Amino acid sequence: MSRLARTALLAGAAALIVLGVGPLFAKAQKPAKPEAQKTEAAPSAATRVAKLNLGRVALPEEIAAWDTDVRPDGHGLPPGKGTVKEGDEIFQAQCAACHGEFGEGAGRWPVLAGGQGSLTADRPEKTIGSFWPDLSTVFDYIRRAMPYGNAHSLSADEAYALTAYLLYLNDLVKDEDFELSEKNFTSIKLPNAKNFYDDDRETTEKAFWGQTPCMTNCKSEVKITGRAAVLDVTPDDDKTAPKVD
Amino acid sequence: MTSSIIRNPLSRRGFLGAAAAAGAGIGLGPAHAEKPAPDPLITEVQDWNRYLGDGVDKRPYGTPSPFEKHVVRRHVAWLTASPESSVNFTPLHELDGIITPSGLCFERHHGGIAEIDPANHRLMIHGLVEKPLVFTMEDLKRMPRENRIYFLECAANSGMEWRGAQLNGCQFTHGMVHNVMYTGVTLKTLLNEVGLKPNAKWLMLEGADSAGMNRSLPVEKALDDVLIAFGMNGEALRPEQGYPLRAVIPGWEGNLWVKWLRRIEVGDQPWQAREETSKYTDLLADGRSRRFTFYMDAKSVVTNPSPQAPLKHKGRNVLTGIAWSGRGHIERVDVSLDGGRNWRTARIDGPVLEKSLTRFYVDFDWQGEALLIQSRAMDSTGYVQPSKDDLRKVRGVNSIYHNNGIQTWHVRPDGETENVEIG
Repeated sequence: MSRLARTALLAGAAALIVLGVGPLFAKAQKPAKPEAQKTEAAPSAATRVAKLNLGRVALPEEIAAWDTDVRPDGHGLPPGKGTVKEGDEIFQAQCAACHGEFGEGAGRWPVLAGGQGSLTADRPEKTIGSFWPDLSTVFDYIRRAMPYGNAHSLSADEAYALTAYLLYLNDLVKDEDFELSEKNFTSIKLPNAKNFYDDDRETTEKAFWGQTPCMTNCKSEVKITGRAAVLDVTPDDDKTAPKVD
Repeated sequence: MTSSIIRNPLSRRGFLGAAAAAGAGIGLGPAHAEKPAPDPLITEVQDWNRYLGDGVDKRPYGTPSPFEKHVVRRHVAWLTASPESSVNFTPLHELDGIITPSGLCFERHHGGIAEIDPANHRLMIHGLVEKPLVFTMEDLKRMPRENRIYFLECAANSGMEWRGAQLNGCQFTHGMVHNVMYTGVTLKTLLNEVGLKPNAKWLMLEGADSAGMNRSLPVEKALDDVLIAFGMNGEALRPEQGYPLRAVIPGWEGNLWVKWLRRIEVGDQPWQAREETSKYTDLLADGRSRRFTFYMDAKSVVTNPSPQAPLKHKGRNVLTGIAWSGRGHIERVDVSLDGGRNWRTARIDGPVLEKSLTRFYVDFDWQGEALLIQSRAMDSTGYVQPSKDDLRKVRGVNSIYHNNGIQTWHVRPDGETENVEIG
């Protein structure tokens, strides 16, 4: 038998198998066995995979240009300084249009100050002073993405000054002459830092696992307690009257 | 007209005409008991049946039929301050199967869409590595590739519904999810190229967009199943989805799937970036907050019927929906038509994959009775999708994120369908 003919036969057999299996799958009540999508296990030092030797070494200047991130331990803080007063001036010129003169937020733009003690209230106000755990996040985010639409335009000194002003707006420093720098930065702790903890759903929500759900007569009465239509906040060109035939 | 129909209750046409008239005031014309008129769509030659249509290359990149122009992503203007830092929603009620068409995958940007020529894109990996490296897109496309189907759900999907039913449409209540086949390189491959130092514990992924979107990722996940993808659904990523390069973090909240990925820094602790502290942390009733709530728990929603897709026919109908879990695959989906009093197990059709949308159906007869439709997903870890009230008991109503509670749709006798809460 030629190779070609054998291939054709094999292909025919495969087609038959597929055809044979098709209807069975269609009738099956239970889903087909889920296919694992996982890649093979992570390599240990012992089973190190050969390198592909693609890419090139990143130069120190290139790393410096992009590596502007700052961590809570101060890792990544650039040299620089700025006072509350200096920050006030920059803030009014570059930030207040969205965030308000005192960080109160204009329209739906983020509120940056106030809200202390509101986290258990009906409408919590999550600001730098009331909610954020780490001051480094403020500095990092300003340098990363602010002002909105003109990112990477502020100097390190300006970012220190703005961060100092935001501390002042949140009553975390009282003195307009307070100067923030890479030297005193990590000494400042935000008040809500202690109220964050890592995901604990697998213990605190353990009850959601392993239950055998009720299938019949699970409730005696069902009442509608709320309707989206009452609030009427859905964008409305979907509100077409249905027709039933 | 209506009264004459009522006088002839045995006529099938009369019954159908009455139902239509009652439903929307659109009758079938005068009700005749005589023989039905032939359908002119069948008896008359139609334009498309006579004249030549467009030739090849008239539509070099095909788009949906003009009759499908209503099938689009939509946003809710009051949710955000500006469209560049906003979200829109996948029209789940118009889709079927498990794959979301690329152009309908919901968008979430923090600083607008970065438009990047792939020739000008670089991926840098540095920090606690033996050799910091820069990769071009050409480099990445010379590496071994994998293809995987995964859902991406924004942690804030259904976040507007914590306090009660708010938006009328599964597009708005559940449309921050999509399911795509990605093509890319495993992050494990890239980390092998740079060589992790022994104290490497966390990575920081950063985008090239004007928000410099960044998140911290545990190294265990990075070495497990993370892909660095350049393809979606068989073609290049769409700009809205991070062209030319994005992270794919299977089963974990969408915010981690950094788009326009340009940099990965390796460190020994998390960065506490803005998007993992001030946002994407879950404020509970006691005023404390969970952070690094990465997993998306099992969830499901009936997409049809739903407020944007009311029931239009009495008799035979198809109920369908999607279910997914970030912890494994979907084991089973139950559906209730009476607000959770009684349940039946839905029929799953199509591929059942880990961390992927799974499609379910209930084929049913409807006689115009009011329905309270719910679906309940169960995953391979034994997790059972909780009711909204059960979630609220543990978390309160201020956590914004990770609302995977059971959704209820109220179908009225006229077929109109509404988002409701039940007690």
